[in-house]
Amino acid sequence: MSVAQRAWGAVPDSVKESDRQLIAGVLLFTYLLYILAQTFLAIANNAAILPAVANSLQNITFLIAVYAIMALALNLHWGYTGLFNIGIAGFMAVGVYSMSILAAPATGSPPGLGLPIPVAVVGAVAITALVGGIAALPALQLDADYLAIVTVGFSEIIRLVLNASYFAGTVQDPEASGYNVVDIFGIQFGTGGGQGINTPTSSPADFLYSTTSLGDLLYGPSGDPNALGSAVYAAAESVGVNSSVVNGATYSFFLLLVVVTLYYVLLVRIGNSPFGRVLKAIREDELVAQSLGKDTRWFKVKVFMVGCALMGLGGILWQGSFGFVNPNTFRPIVTFYIFTALIVGGAGSNTGSVIGGAVFAAFLFEGPRQLARIVEVLVTSVFGSLPSPTTFYAAVVSLNPLAWLGYTIDNVSTLKFVFLGAVLVYLMQNRSDGLLGHRKEIAASIDLSDRTPRKRESAAADGGESDE
Amino acid sequence: MDVAETYSDGRRLLVERPAVGLLGVALLYLFVDLMLRLANVPVELMGVEVIGGTLAVSTFGRFLLDGLIVGLVVGLAGVGLSMTYSILNFANFAHGDYVTTGAFSGWIAAYLVGAFTLGVEEPIGRLLMIQAPSLVSAFSSPLAIVVGIILAGLGAVLTALFLDRIVYRPMRDKGGIPLLIASIGVALALRYAIVFIFGTGSRGVTATGSIPEVAIPTGDGTIPMNLHEGTLIVAAVVLMFGIHFLLQRTKLGKAMRAMADNKDLAQVTGIPTERVIRATWIIGGALAGIAGFLIVLERGTLSFNIGWRLLLLIFAGVILGGIGSVYGAMAGGIVIGIASRVSLVWIPSDFARVAAFSVMILVLLYRPEGLFGGVKTA
Amino acid sequence: MSDATDTPAPQGKDPDELPEVEDSDIEKAAQETPRGLPLRVQGLEKRFGGITAVDGVSFEVEEGSLTGLIGPNGAGKSTTFNCITGVHDADGGAVLFQGEDITGLKPYEIANRGLVRTFQIARELEEMTVLENMMLSPRGQRGEKLVNAVTPGLRDDVVAQETDLREEVWETLEFFEIDHLAEEYAGNLSGGQRKLLELARALMVDPDMLLLDEPFAGVNPSLEEKLLDRIHDLREQGYTFLLVEHDMDLIMENCERVIVMHQGKLLAEGSPEDIKNNEQVIEAYLGEDV
Repeated sequence: MSVAQRAWGAVPDSVKESDRQLIAGVLLFTYLLYILAQTFLAIANNAAILPAVANSLQNITFLIAVYAIMALALNLHWGYTGLFNIGIAGFMAVGVYSMSILAAPATGSPPGLGLPIPVAVVGAVAITALVGGIAALPALQLDADYLAIVTVGFSEIIRLVLNASYFAGTVQDPEASGYNVVDIFGIQFGTGGGQGINTPTSSPADFLYSTTSLGDLLYGPSGDPNALGSAVYAAAESVGVNSSVVNGATYSFFLLLVVVTLYYVLLVRIGNSPFGRVLKAIREDELVAQSLGKDTRWFKVKVFMVGCALMGLGGILWQGSFGFVNPNTFRPIVTFYIFTALIVGGAGSNTGSVIGGAVFAAFLFEGPRQLARIVEVLVTSVFGSLPSPTTFYAAVVSLNPLAWLGYTIDNVSTLKFVFLGAVLVYLMQNRSDGLLGHRKEIAASIDLSDRTPRKRESAAADGGESDE
Repeated sequence: MDVAETYSDGRRLLVERPAVGLLGVALLYLFVDLMLRLANVPVELMGVEVIGGTLAVSTFGRFLLDGLIVGLVVGLAGVGLSMTYSILNFANFAHGDYVTTGAFSGWIAAYLVGAFTLGVEEPIGRLLMIQAPSLVSAFSSPLAIVVGIILAGLGAVLTALFLDRIVYRPMRDKGGIPLLIASIGVALALRYAIVFIFGTGSRGVTATGSIPEVAIPTGDGTIPMNLHEGTLIVAAVVLMFGIHFLLQRTKLGKAMRAMADNKDLAQVTGIPTERVIRATWIIGGALAGIAGFLIVLERGTLSFNIGWRLLLLIFAGVILGGIGSVYGAMAGGIVIGIASRVSLVWIPSDFARVAAFSVMILVLLYRPEGLFGGVKTA
Repeated sequence: MSDATDTPAPQGKDPDELPEVEDSDIEKAAQETPRGLPLRVQGLEKRFGGITAVDGVSFEVEEGSLTGLIGPNGAGKSTTFNCITGVHDADGGAVLFQGEDITGLKPYEIANRGLVRTFQIARELEEMTVLENMMLSPRGQRGEKLVNAVTPGLRDDVVAQETDLREEVWETLEFFEIDHLAEEYAGNLSGGQRKLLELARALMVDPDMLLLDEPFAGVNPSLEEKLLDRIHDLREQGYTFLLVEHDMDLIMENCERVIVMHQGKLLAEGSPEDIKNNEQVIEAYLGEDV
C-alpha cells in the first residue's frame, strides 16, 4: 500500500483537485496498464494482440462501469445520509427480477407479463423504489448496526423467496401437484425458482446494431444487423475483432460514458443542494437536523427510495444484461464488493465513488487474476513448466517453492477474497476516508465562500423572488 | 411489577404498537391451530378448512427435535456474538466463520485420533485435509469426538485471539460501524483462507449407517433420534450450564457482566478491560468452535460456508434474546431453532429460513431490547 | 383569560385552549407589553420508569424577555427543555407556543413554528463546515425538495435562493464574529466557538424564541462576554430567550425574570431580587452545595 501512497504523492495537485481530471487520469492509467499487460500476454501466447487487448478492455470497462454505478448509488445511502444498507444485493435482485418478469412473454416458462422492455425497465425501477420505501418506513428509525442486520436479513429473504420453487412458475399445469405459477387477479407469472430466469436480452448492444423497427426497440431486436451494425462489425472484423467483442465494448462504454455520467451528475446535484445538506446533517446528528426544523424521517424515506431505485437500475444494467440470472447472483457478497468499492474511493465523495469503482474492479477484483496470468507466463518461460499440486497439503510437503507458487496461481480466485478482506481491514484501520483521503465536497448549489451578492453576479438567474 | 401495571403496560403496548398486538393474535391462532392439528380436528367453514387439520404427533416431535438441535447450536454460537456485541460494541460478522474454523480444526483432530484408534491405514495428508473416507462416529471412536470438541474450541479461540490482536485491538477507539466493516473483511479473509487450504467441496465426515438410534414412541409413531443428535444435545446443555456457572460464580464472570452493563464504569472501578475482552473472545470463540463441530457431527457433512450460513440465524437468536444477554442468546437461539422447524407445519421448507429472518427483523423493529428484554441477566 | 384575548397578538388565539392563568403579576405584565406570552408551560409532567423528573411544572415566558431557568443538578431543567422541544413526550400537562398547543409535536414541527433550541453539549455537525452548518437552518428552502434540487430548470431558483441565503449567513457570521472560521469544519472549532456557531445557526432558522441549554458551559470568559453581548443585542431586536443555566450569578446579572426548579418542581419565580431573597431557593442551593 505504501507504493500506492507514494505513487499518489507523485500525482500533481492540479489533477487531484479537479475531479474530472482525476477520474480521467485514473481511467487512463488503468487502461494503459491493462493494454501493456494484455499485449505482453498476447505476445507470450502467440495470439493476435489487438483482439486480445480489445476484449480485455471491454471487459474491464464493464466492471469499472457497474461498480462505479453501484458505488454511486450506495454513496447516496451511506456516504451522504449514513444509512448503513447492506442489503444492496436484495434490491438489485428486486430490480432485475421485476424487469424479467414484466418483460417475459405470457407463454414463457416461467410466464411473465409480456410488456415492452423499456416499460419493464421503468416499472422495475419503480417497484424497487417501492420495495425500498416499504422496507425503509419501519427500519429507518433503527441505529446503523441494527439497520445493517435488518437490511442484510431482508436481502436474504428476497433471495430465498426467489429461490423457492413455490413461486417458480415452472409447473404450469393447474392440475399438477407441483403447480407453482403465481396468480394475482389473473396476472400469472413466476420467478423461475432455483433454476433462474431469463432476462430480455443477452446483448444490449443489439438495440443499437440490430434495431430496424419500433418493434425491435420495444421487444428486443432479433435477427440481422442494421446498416450501422453491418458497417461497424465489418470494420472490426477487418482488424480481427469479432462482433461479440464489439457488442460488449459498445455496451460497456455506454455504461461508462452515459450511465455513470448520468448517475454522477444526478448524485452531485442531490449532494450539492439544500436537500443534500439535510442528508449530511442526518448523517452527522439527526436530532440537530430535527431541532432545526427538518422532517428527517421523510428525507430518509425519500433518499432510501431513490437510492434503491438507482440500485435496482444498476442491477438491471449489470446482472440483467447477460440474458439469464439466478438467485445465487444476489448473495450478500455482492453487497460487500460494492461496499469495498465505495470504501476504497471514500464514502461521502461522488468522485471517490467512481474512482473506487474503477480501482476495485481493475485492481482488486480483476487484478489478481491478470497478475497471476503474467506471473505464470514469466515463471514458465524461465523454468519451463509450473507444477500444479492438487491439494494444499501436497503443495506444502513438496517443499518446492515452485509448487507453492503453482498452487497459489491455481487458486488465485480464492486468494482474491482473502486479499479483499485484508484490504477492507486495512482501510478501516488506516484510511477510513478512502484512497483519496478526506475530500471537501460542500453541500450547496453555489460556492459558499464566494460572497458576491446575487444581483451583481447574475441578473438572469434572478427570478425576482426573495427567500421566504 | 404488579398486576395493574402489567395490565396497563399491555394495553399501552396494544395502542402504541398495533403490530405487536397483531403478532400476538397471529401467534395465538397458530397455537390453537397446532393443537387442533395434533388432535386431528379439522374445522371447516363452508367447505373450507379454516383451522386445525391433521398432524402426526411423531412428525411434530421430529420437527421439535430438529428445531432443538439447530437451536442449541445457534444458541451456543450466539453466546460469543452477544458478548462481543455488548462488550466491544460491534456486530461481529466474522462470528460465523469462527464457527467454521472450529469445525475444521475439530474435525482434523477427530480424524487423526479416529484413524489412530481405529487402526485405519491412511496417509497423514489425507487425514489432515479431511479427505479420508468418512470413518469417525461417536459409537466407533468416542475419544475422537471428545478430542475433536476440545480442538474445535481451541482452534476457534486461537483464531479469535489472533484476529483480535491484529484487527480489532488497534481499532478499540473506533465506532461500531468501522469495526463492523472490518469484521466483514475478516469474515471474507477467514472463509477464503479455509477454502484456499481445503477447497470449496463439501465432504462427508461421519461414518454413516453405523450410528445407533433410539425410537421415542409417541402413540401414533416414533421419533427417531441417533447417537450423534444425542451427543450434540448433551454437550450443548452441559456447556450452557458451564457458562452459567462461570458467569455467576467466578470473579471473571462478574467482571464480564459489569463490562457488558457499562464499559466506562467498569474501567473506572478498576476492572481490567483488556483481560475481560480476552476472556470474552476465549469463551465466545470456544463455544462458537464447538457449536461448529457439533453441527457437523449431527449433519455429517463439512463445508467452508456452514458458519456463514448459520450467521444470520445466530444474529436472529441473539437479537431475539436481547443483545448483550448471555442467557438471552441461548434462549433466543433455541426459540429461533424450534420456530424455524415448527414453522414447517404451515409453510414449505423453502421458507423456514425466511420465517426465522422475518422474526428477527420484526423483533428488531418492534422490540429491539429482545423478547426477554428488561430482565437483567448478564 | 382576559389577557390573552385582549392582547393584539398576531396569532388568533382560541381562549378555550388556554387554561387558567392565576398569577396576576403575569397578567399585568402581559397587558403592559403588547406582545403577550409566547411560551406557556402548564402542569408539565415527565416520568422515567419510577422516577418523576418533572412534576407538574407551570410557567410563562414573556415576549422579548430574557428569562432564566435555574436549579441544582437533577432539578429537571434539561428534561423540561426536552419536553418543550419535543425531544421527550411529556406524560402530562401542556406546552403552548404563540397560543397554539404544541404538546406532543415532533421536534421539527416545533422548530418550524419558530421555537428553536440549542444543546447543552454543543452538537455541531462536525464533518460539515461552518458555512454548511449555517446554510442548513433556514426554513422553506426550495432546494430541500428533491425535484427542485435535480431538475435543470427548477434548480435555477434553488441557486438564486441559496445566493440570497449566503449573504444572510455571512452577515450573521460577522455579527457573531466567527466569519474568519467560515470554511473550517465545525468539528475543528473550540468549545466557545461552537456555542457561538450553535446560536448563530439557531438564529438562521428565523425563530421567534430561542431556548438555550447551558449556553455558557465550557466557554472561556472572553467568549462568554461576547456570547452574552450577542444575546442582549438579539433581545433588543425583539427575540425572546429562555435559558437554562447552572451558573446562578450569570442568570442573576443578565435575566429580568428567573424561574427556579428543584427536584422536578417549580420552586419559585420572579425578578432576580426576589429570587435572591427567597428562603426556599437559598435552602435548595445550600443543600446542593453550590
